[in-house]
Amino acid sequence: MQKIGVFVCHCGSNIAATVDVKKVVEMAAKEQGVFHAEDYPYMCSEAGQSRIAAAVKEKGLTGIVVCSCSPRMHEATFRKAAERAGINPYMVEIANIREHCSWIHKDMTEATEKAVILMRAAVAKVHLNAPLMAGESRVTKRALVIGGGIAGIQTAIDIADAGYKVDIVEKTPSIGGRMSQLDKTFPTLDCSACILTPKMVEAASHENITIHTWSEVEKVSGFVGNFTVDIRKKARYVNMDKCTGCGVCQEKCPSKKPLNEFNRGLNTRTAIYTPFAQAIPNVPVIDANSCIKLKTGKCGICEKFCQVGAIDYTQKDEIITEQYGAIVVATGFDTIKLDKYGEYAYNESKDVITSLELERIMNAAGPTKGHLERLSDGKAPKEIVFIQCVGSRCSDDRGKPYCSKICCMYTAKHAMLIRDKYPDTNVTVFYIDVRTPGKNFDEFYRRAVEDYGVHYIKGQVGKVMPQADGSLLVQGVDLLDNKQILKKADMVVLATAIEPNPDVRKIATMLTASIDTNNFLTEAHPKLRPVESPTAGVFLSGVCQGPKDIPETVAQAGAAAVKVIGLLAKDKLKTNPCTAKSDELLCNGCSQCANVCPYGAITYEEKLINDHGIRRTSRVAVVNGALCQGCGACTVTCPSGAMDLQGFSNRQILAEVDAICR
Amino acid sequence: MQELIHRAKSLLESGEVSRVLGWKKGENVFDVEPAFFATAEELENFVYNGFCGANLSKYMIEASTWEGKTLVFLKPCDTYSFNQLCKEHRIDREKAYIIGVGCKGKLKAEKLGAENILDVQGAGYPDCSDTLKVTTLYGEQEVAYKDAMLERCHVCKGKEHQVYDELIGESVDTCDADRFAEVAKIEAMSPEEKFAFFQAELSKCIRCNACRNVCPACSCRKCIFDSTKFDSNQKANTTSFEEKMFHIIRAFHVAGRCTDCGECSRVCPQGIPLHLFNRKFIKDINNLYGEYQAGVDIDAKAPLTSFRTDDAEPGVGRG
Repeated sequence: MQKIGVFVCHCGSNIAATVDVKKVVEMAAKEQGVFHAEDYPYMCSEAGQSRIAAAVKEKGLTGIVVCSCSPRMHEATFRKAAERAGINPYMVEIANIREHCSWIHKDMTEATEKAVILMRAAVAKVHLNAPLMAGESRVTKRALVIGGGIAGIQTAIDIADAGYKVDIVEKTPSIGGRMSQLDKTFPTLDCSACILTPKMVEAASHENITIHTWSEVEKVSGFVGNFTVDIRKKARYVNMDKCTGCGVCQEKCPSKKPLNEFNRGLNTRTAIYTPFAQAIPNVPVIDANSCIKLKTGKCGICEKFCQVGAIDYTQKDEIITEQYGAIVVATGFDTIKLDKYGEYAYNESKDVITSLELERIMNAAGPTKGHLERLSDGKAPKEIVFIQCVGSRCSDDRGKPYCSKICCMYTAKHAMLIRDKYPDTNVTVFYIDVRTPGKNFDEFYRRAVEDYGVHYIKGQVGKVMPQADGSLLVQGVDLLDNKQILKKADMVVLATAIEPNPDVRKIATMLTASIDTNNFLTEAHPKLRPVESPTAGVFLSGVCQGPKDIPETVAQAGAAAVKVIGLLAKDKLKTNPCTAKSDELLCNGCSQCANVCPYGAITYEEKLINDHGIRRTSRVAVVNGALCQGCGACTVTCPSGAMDLQGFSNRQILAEVDAICR
Repeated sequence: MQELIHRAKSLLESGEVSRVLGWKKGENVFDVEPAFFATAEELENFVYNGFCGANLSKYMIEASTWEGKTLVFLKPCDTYSFNQLCKEHRIDREKAYIIGVGCKGKLKAEKLGAENILDVQGAGYPDCSDTLKVTTLYGEQEVAYKDAMLERCHVCKGKEHQVYDELIGESVDTCDADRFAEVAKIEAMSPEEKFAFFQAELSKCIRCNACRNVCPACSCRKCIFDSTKFDSNQKANTTSFEEKMFHIIRAFHVAGRCTDCGECSRVCPQGIPLHLFNRKFIKDINNLYGEYQAGVDIDAKAPLTSFRTDDAEPGVGRG
């Protein structure tokens, strides 16, 4: 029989304004096994905690129920308080009467009734709690960064500088990411490659960094401090040790039709290619889908011309398995597909392009060698219309509900650069709002308007109509003048919404990291833990967490690195004692629990079982407590109820349900 | 039948098997029951006729713990259950010598009654699969064979045995109905109609546990309904809630493992169509995770206990 103390927190007015805390105390005192009940304005304060300690001492309590905020906020606080007062920390239960109750109710009677019910459920559970002891697990002092864009590179460099080994896994042939595709960066207009390339070189030459390009994460198992990751190193068909990066293979390759991904498909590349001149590693890959030799067995020209014999058509994908203590997701973004936006004629006219495509057109290494020209006829455009928020801030399901955040600034950048280089070209921007919160951002936008004469029109574009003469007729509205606008343009640039890289779903699933409805990875806390995933040991860097520009991405990348360093600096971590346990007398040995266990924590043994005097040898499940993370998948799969979760046993949960239904 | 007995006797005599698992004659022609036969003499009571619907796979769990091999007769649909139990490490394949027996659809005595054929003394089997000749107290009567078949035989999974050591006799695929038609009918009901339907069916339940005891998937060492460890232990059938929960919990426990052998409905003395629960699960699994038939491939990943990153994530629908 437990002696239970119930402590009800006011949380200032957060709880007390909606829940009659005195009533909860009064009802708690009537519960079976409750020897002490009190309320206090801030239970989590020093004073509040010492009241718990005092009650434990005075009344000899064996179990504690704290009716307060979510256990995610202060469960650890109260467990520590209990430990200091001399009782096992796992004898503490939290009844969440804030997030689950006071914050979501308006009516005090209703909220109080619910708070009493939640308190009862917690009391019912504590009756069945048993003391648990936390174990320890070692920390593998190596980090994995998934994604080799600026976010991944910066995180890796910062971790490596602290003295820890880091691996970067990048699925394309080179690190660099989206930033390597940009021409200039706002608000300083410096060349993107000029500031990125040194970072890429620094990462590549860092003694603590290993880069796996043309590679993908295949499988993740384990848990914080002890992840095991399978990495698929896709066949490159080029020996990385031998290749000197001379590029002769690319000059000679006769297969010239594949679309150039790096230039957003605006031109073509060869079957053997490096995506761009500054690629790291400067070793080409062979695109097996378009290589004549790999497809038909005939050709072999690159092999013939390669001076060092680096070409190897027999290469196969290779899976390597590595151990990591922490994983950083830095998978970045892509622009959304515009199939649902027929009104902008993106698929009809070559002269309707996305901003990222314009970025490539403006770049000296791009499809037009940096000359601003129409892709349809090569002529210089004299009238350019920019359309903002294409797919961003969208209320229907064609686009995204969020603001892509970077578009206002890069459009100002594009407009300014065009007006600077081609002063006879008119630039018009259709916008909903111009959003420029950032250091030197609004000044930047105002320069575009005031110094460069960019014509901003508040209003949206309804339709872009390709004309017979090759021009584009843009139909829009000027909301400030309250009039319809029909404007002839030579080129239309769409500020296309960005979305998380589509691969992130797969990666999030492998990592058991949560994602929101827009596929952005969720933070552990939106304000206080913005670079950590709720999954321990998984951290977030860059746009995979939410839209951001380069300075923000770099700042977040550094923050994620600090969190990783903080973890890797520890030699051992306390493990969660709330792990699964199998009842040998009930276990059928059917293997279903092992099939569902995401951590590989369950094995089987042939054991001599003494079942109430009857001896038999049976195949039974055995849980490795160090590997088990207490997810409970096995307990709900087990048909005979042999698997149970310590601290969350079936009995405890049903006792809570019974208490709620009482 | 004589061929089966002959073969069983010779396997017993040669010492290849230590016992035979088959069906034993009862008081009436339709009162056939599963039985172990240890000697050639005992085999005099062996029977194989149209009423041998019982799936013998489950008995192999116990037989797997005994010394020596057991000769077991399995119909094509029984072999799915046998495989599923092998997959779950409950049956030791090495302890079984399987004779796959021919099956032309099995009969349900109650269906003869419904055709007004009473006091059955004998039934011709398996010489004819179109017309069944039945000997009764009142003389010979005839009935269309399919009108006397078990429900499950109308959705026969096929005449192929999934596992065997040797085959004796011919099998016929008796499938002539859509396996999920009944489920679809219930799915189309309004929530109120569904509730009324299940209420009406399940309130017939007398909690005799026959469905659980016969079910090859319900073969836990200790059932949660029998274990003192759980509050579900020995709950009397006192409320309509309890009787529903028993069947719903059972359906959840066998989901993804049920081979749709139909034994639950065959043995239910109250005639509750219990297989519909299981079939609803099978239909949903097929729709969400691709076609899957439990018991076909021992090494196949079961949809509910395996995980793919592109798995469907069904929400909880209303109604």
